[in-house]
Amino acid sequence: MKKGKTTGMGADRSGERLGLKGGLSELWKNRLLYLMTVPSIIWVAVFCYYPMYGILIAFKKFSYKEGIWGSPWAGLENFRFLFNYNGVGRIFFNTIFLNVLFLISTTLLSIVLALVFVEIKNKVYNKIVQTIAIFPHFVSWTVVAMFMSGIIGSSGIITRWVMEAGGEDPLFYNTPGWWPLILVLLRIWQGAGYGTIVYVAAITGFDQEMYEAAKVDGATRLQQITRITLPLLKTTAIMLTIMGIGKIFNGDFGMIYALVGDNAGLYPTTDVIDTFVYRALRQLNNLGMSTATSLFQSVVGLILVFTTNAVTKKIEPDAAIF
Amino acid sequence: MSKIKVTGSQIKKSRGEKIFEIVVYAIATVFCIYCLFPFAIILGSSFETEANFATYGFPIIPKDFTLTAYKLVLGDGQIFRAYGVTIFTTVAGTLFSMFLTITMAYPLSLKKVKFRNVITFFVYFTMLFGGGLVPTYLLITKNLNMKNNIFVLIIPVAFSAWNMFLMRNFFNGIPHELSESAYMDGANDFQILWKIILPVSVPGIATLSLFYALGYWNQWFNAMLYLEDNRLFPLQYLLMRMLRNMDAMKEMARTTGMASGEVPANSLRMATTVVAIGPIVLLYPYVQRFFTSGLTVGAIKG
Repeated sequence: MKKGKTTGMGADRSGERLGLKGGLSELWKNRLLYLMTVPSIIWVAVFCYYPMYGILIAFKKFSYKEGIWGSPWAGLENFRFLFNYNGVGRIFFNTIFLNVLFLISTTLLSIVLALVFVEIKNKVYNKIVQTIAIFPHFVSWTVVAMFMSGIIGSSGIITRWVMEAGGEDPLFYNTPGWWPLILVLLRIWQGAGYGTIVYVAAITGFDQEMYEAAKVDGATRLQQITRITLPLLKTTAIMLTIMGIGKIFNGDFGMIYALVGDNAGLYPTTDVIDTFVYRALRQLNNLGMSTATSLFQSVVGLILVFTTNAVTKKIEPDAAIF
Repeated sequence: MSKIKVTGSQIKKSRGEKIFEIVVYAIATVFCIYCLFPFAIILGSSFETEANFATYGFPIIPKDFTLTAYKLVLGDGQIFRAYGVTIFTTVAGTLFSMFLTITMAYPLSLKKVKFRNVITFFVYFTMLFGGGLVPTYLLITKNLNMKNNIFVLIIPVAFSAWNMFLMRNFFNGIPHELSESAYMDGANDFQILWKIILPVSVPGIATLSLFYALGYWNQWFNAMLYLEDNRLFPLQYLLMRMLRNMDAMKEMARTTGMASGEVPANSLRMATTVVAIGPIVLLYPYVQRFFTSGLTVGAIKG
């Protein structure tokens, strides 16, 4: 089962050793099975591989009329333009900074909540609590944006509370300083409960005899958590964190764009690579720079994934992706 | 003597345990309130009389209960249409996605398929690297000419490599003996997949269908990029437009024959939101276990 879970790349190369004749006879022998994969292979070729050809736009002075191949080459002009673009450093910083905040906050809260969930012995309450905590994950960011207008908008419930308490109007939608906090709180709302699933599964899988032994020795439930559960959870937490680091250069477009949209006043703290790529396409209409940004992001992302995977392999070979 | 001692220590222990218990229940309860708070605002505000928003703000319990917003939602042609678009893309999209996912995942789960590693890499690589937004945008608008076509909400997002590998992991767990005897009886691969493998894979299929269905129900990105015809807008994108511009609200008022000044903007937004998440709320308690199992049955690995 363990073996089956990995993608198994390079694990057995039987497919490559067949040679032309053997390969053809293999295709014929399992022709129905290979036939089955054709629709998906076409889909992947069209929607994943063909766009890779479009990466050329990053090195071109693109015009719609001439198309991708016909447009004149521009060398590294698009990249030069990108790195000289006012505020590009801020965009890279925001992407990483927000992701780090998200990673730390949701990991910590997921662990705390998972510890809490397994300690709730009342079965009905346990079920209710977990059901409610996980639910926000299934709500779209547009819905979140909608209720946020009712919470921190000009007539929003929190805005009202602040003003009733004698405070100044916090002007949430005009004050970028609030937004890292707002986004973190929303990420916790949306993801912390969902994140408990993995940890709860891990905790319930732990050897119960250890806990029995600890009880006999007079350990309190708090001691059982700090001395047994937390040390055992460390590997899971580290693995998930490392995998999170692999995605640290990918901004959450769905979240940021739904909440912030084209509100330029909030860009100083909320603009991330993915929203910038979108804006470069739709507003600046600079396809070359947009593509150059995506390419830069993909390459850095790829390096991060390989690095984090190498680190994972050292710590816990079983958890490595490839 | 010794008996008293034991009781004493038990009392002492149970006091600590009691505090522990209270803390545990408190954390869980507070987090649940935090999770539910936004929904209370959505629901409460959707029943509030519009004039009250300016004076009292968004309520959790409406001051003057009214169903005006819901009458508008039900009477509004555009919201109804958007609901239809969302339901269509969710049902048709999920079916198409499951077709692509199963037909790829099943062969990749079989050891006898010698090229499965090649195909696996072909798919897996797309999870690591891609063309990005602009090339995809050009592919869909120029090469495929899918602008203002409802299928742009389905076809470009139909296949997920992640979900496919998840499905393959489900198939990996099925014992080989099941299909072997069918081979002996002369059944072909299609028949075996359809008659033997799929019936025993119902939990996996349910899980993956739900993942896809939720994705379709909640999507708005492709609508924003590729659709201009407002008759094709799905619910989520309509919500986004209602939030962003007043014009969208006025447009809606026109279809119901209401003067634009009278649109109960805030309560209408919230009522539409209620309608948009309603089905998820109602179905969720029954399907939650599938989402949970999807994450724990080998989901962590590609």
